[in-house]
Amino acid sequence: MSLLLENISKNYREPDGGSLPVLKIERFELVRGEQVALVGASGGGKTTLLNVISGITTPDSGRVVIDDTVVTGMPEPIRDRFRAERIGFVYQTFNLLPAFTALENVLLGMSFSRGRVDRDRALQLLDSVGLSHRLEHRPGQLSVGEQQRVAVARALANRPSLLLADEPTANVDLSNQQTILDLIRSACTADNVSLLLVTHSISVAEQFDRIERLDEFNTAATLMPEGTP
Amino acid sequence: MSLWAIAIKSVRQRALASALTSLSVALGVMLMIVVLVANGMVERMFVQTATGYDLIVGPKGSQLELVLTSIYRIGVAGEPLPYRFYRELTSGKNNRIAQAVPITMGDVTQQGSFPIVGTTPEYFALPYMHESDGTPRRFRIRTTSRDGQHSGEGLIRNPFDSAIGAVVARQNGWDVGTKLKLVHGGSDGHVHDEEFTVTGVLAATGTPNDRTVFVHLDGFYMISGHEKPLSEAVARELEFFGNVSNESQEALEAEKNSSGHSHGPVPEAQKEVTAILVNIQGSIGEKVLAESRLMNGLNEGVQGQAVKPIVQIDRMMQTLVGPIRNLLMGLTSLIIAVSGIGIFVSIYNSMADRKKEIAIMRALGARRQTVLSVILAESTLLCVIGGLAGFVLAHLVILVLSPMIAGYGLVIDPWTFAWGELVLLPVLIALASLVGFVPGMTAYRTDVARTLSD
Repeated sequence: MSLLLENISKNYREPDGGSLPVLKIERFELVRGEQVALVGASGGGKTTLLNVISGITTPDSGRVVIDDTVVTGMPEPIRDRFRAERIGFVYQTFNLLPAFTALENVLLGMSFSRGRVDRDRALQLLDSVGLSHRLEHRPGQLSVGEQQRVAVARALANRPSLLLADEPTANVDLSNQQTILDLIRSACTADNVSLLLVTHSISVAEQFDRIERLDEFNTAATLMPEGTP
Repeated sequence: MSLWAIAIKSVRQRALASALTSLSVALGVMLMIVVLVANGMVERMFVQTATGYDLIVGPKGSQLELVLTSIYRIGVAGEPLPYRFYRELTSGKNNRIAQAVPITMGDVTQQGSFPIVGTTPEYFALPYMHESDGTPRRFRIRTTSRDGQHSGEGLIRNPFDSAIGAVVARQNGWDVGTKLKLVHGGSDGHVHDEEFTVTGVLAATGTPNDRTVFVHLDGFYMISGHEKPLSEAVARELEFFGNVSNESQEALEAEKNSSGHSHGPVPEAQKEVTAILVNIQGSIGEKVLAESRLMNGLNEGVQGQAVKPIVQIDRMMQTLVGPIRNLLMGLTSLIIAVSGIGIFVSIYNSMADRKKEIAIMRALGARRQTVLSVILAESTLLCVIGGLAGFVLAHLVILVLSPMIAGYGLVIDPWTFAWGELVLLPVLIALASLVGFVPGMTAYRTDVARTLSD
């Protein structure tokens, strides 16, 4: 099993002191190497779910198990390292560091894991996403499509077992959307990485064998107002 | 990628703000080092100048004033001692006295108002000060010959010979062969008719000797108006010693019998000395014993006193110069503290822009301590770079200023390091940790999920 969520609940505290349920998931699982598209309405808790899986946010209750390791309950520093080593993350807004070149952004992803910073792997990854000629360019000097390709290379830098992608094509121009999607999927297939890709694009979701609707297994979604993260 | 590499990236990204912040630290450090070095040099030279002689014997009065007058040539000399006092001091009763050099003061040069010191040639044979390791520093004569400088021994052999300090030579443009006249001390400003000839120019010593004109003691006495009227001198001798020497009585007789002014040697009774520079011989224990005997013997009497110059100067440095030094150090420390606040403001202001960077690093797996360390590394970089720049700047400033300062008789080695410089680096690192801590904690507490979703 690559990913298992059990009895996950997450509530946000409201300014008036009340509690707003965001996630209430009885069970969700992903087998090793599986690629799943997760669709759902805006404010349905998709980003919160990804944050809970990656350990950025802790659930109020329940278990997150990745590669047979229970992530919930880990002390934060160990969870941080686990995230660095086992989970890759591709964001809608790329989240590259502007002061760093394309190569340095990929190397930075390696810096926080226990493994050594592998420059050859970073070069090979950037080559595989077609950016071997843009190594020393900073994000501001790259097109949005190129920026997202750097982000994909960075997400794969530490050979994760799980890749989380949050609307990775939403900010990319149409001509690059399919390229980015193909890149992510082929890289995951090549390295047997499990992929959970959040999208609200039907055309993107339809390319996956397994499509999950968040509101079908997140019972909290029905309680949330529009716009809640 | 190391913490330092990440910190350097961040500093370079905000190059202008970082450069200005480091510059403020550099200026603070520069000021502090200049103050430290200058203070150290002045203190060292001031204290070491007092190490030339074991004791100074002079008239009763302020002990510090005696030292300041006779060694530093500051202030006006008090009532001088009769020459007979000097003769008796060196006549053999004090067999531990190795050398006793009389000096007499009061006049100044016509040009530049440099102090005149009447003394014996022996003055130039003695060390004028000792290094902190005890090495004596002796007078040298400035020369243009290829073999450098000659020993100062042998200067002012004749009554109207004169030797001048390096600053006097430079400021007045005087050299060997220059004729000079003395202006009588006091308010009348009378210029004496007698002329002295410069027979030697002393090499710079970094002491008040550089600003002094030395004349032969005999010549000094031979200047008309310098000798005390004989009857007055004999009356003082009687009051001072309780008797009058045979020589004085004979001189008095001779004056009564002569019709006019005598052109012979000046009688001893009419000669006076401002102070006597004394060196004691023997082992350290013997010297201490002899010094205290001489001091006790004189200080308990009514005629004169003996003081240890180093003790007086040490005391003065502690009471007068110490607080000034502390004030300067306090001010420069404040400058560095203000620079530290500048670093704090610079980094703290940047935190709003950098929150997202911090959140990205955290999402990539950076621990809270890691992002805190990156911010601390940044503030350390700014402080240390500024500190090193300040260190180099300070010594360059001293290098540029040292020839000008040397013109005032103070020799400063630009590469002399003050003790305070040794602690500067750890102090700067501590300062960096202090000022980087608050913005570092902002990074530490960054809410990753919220920041990334904003």
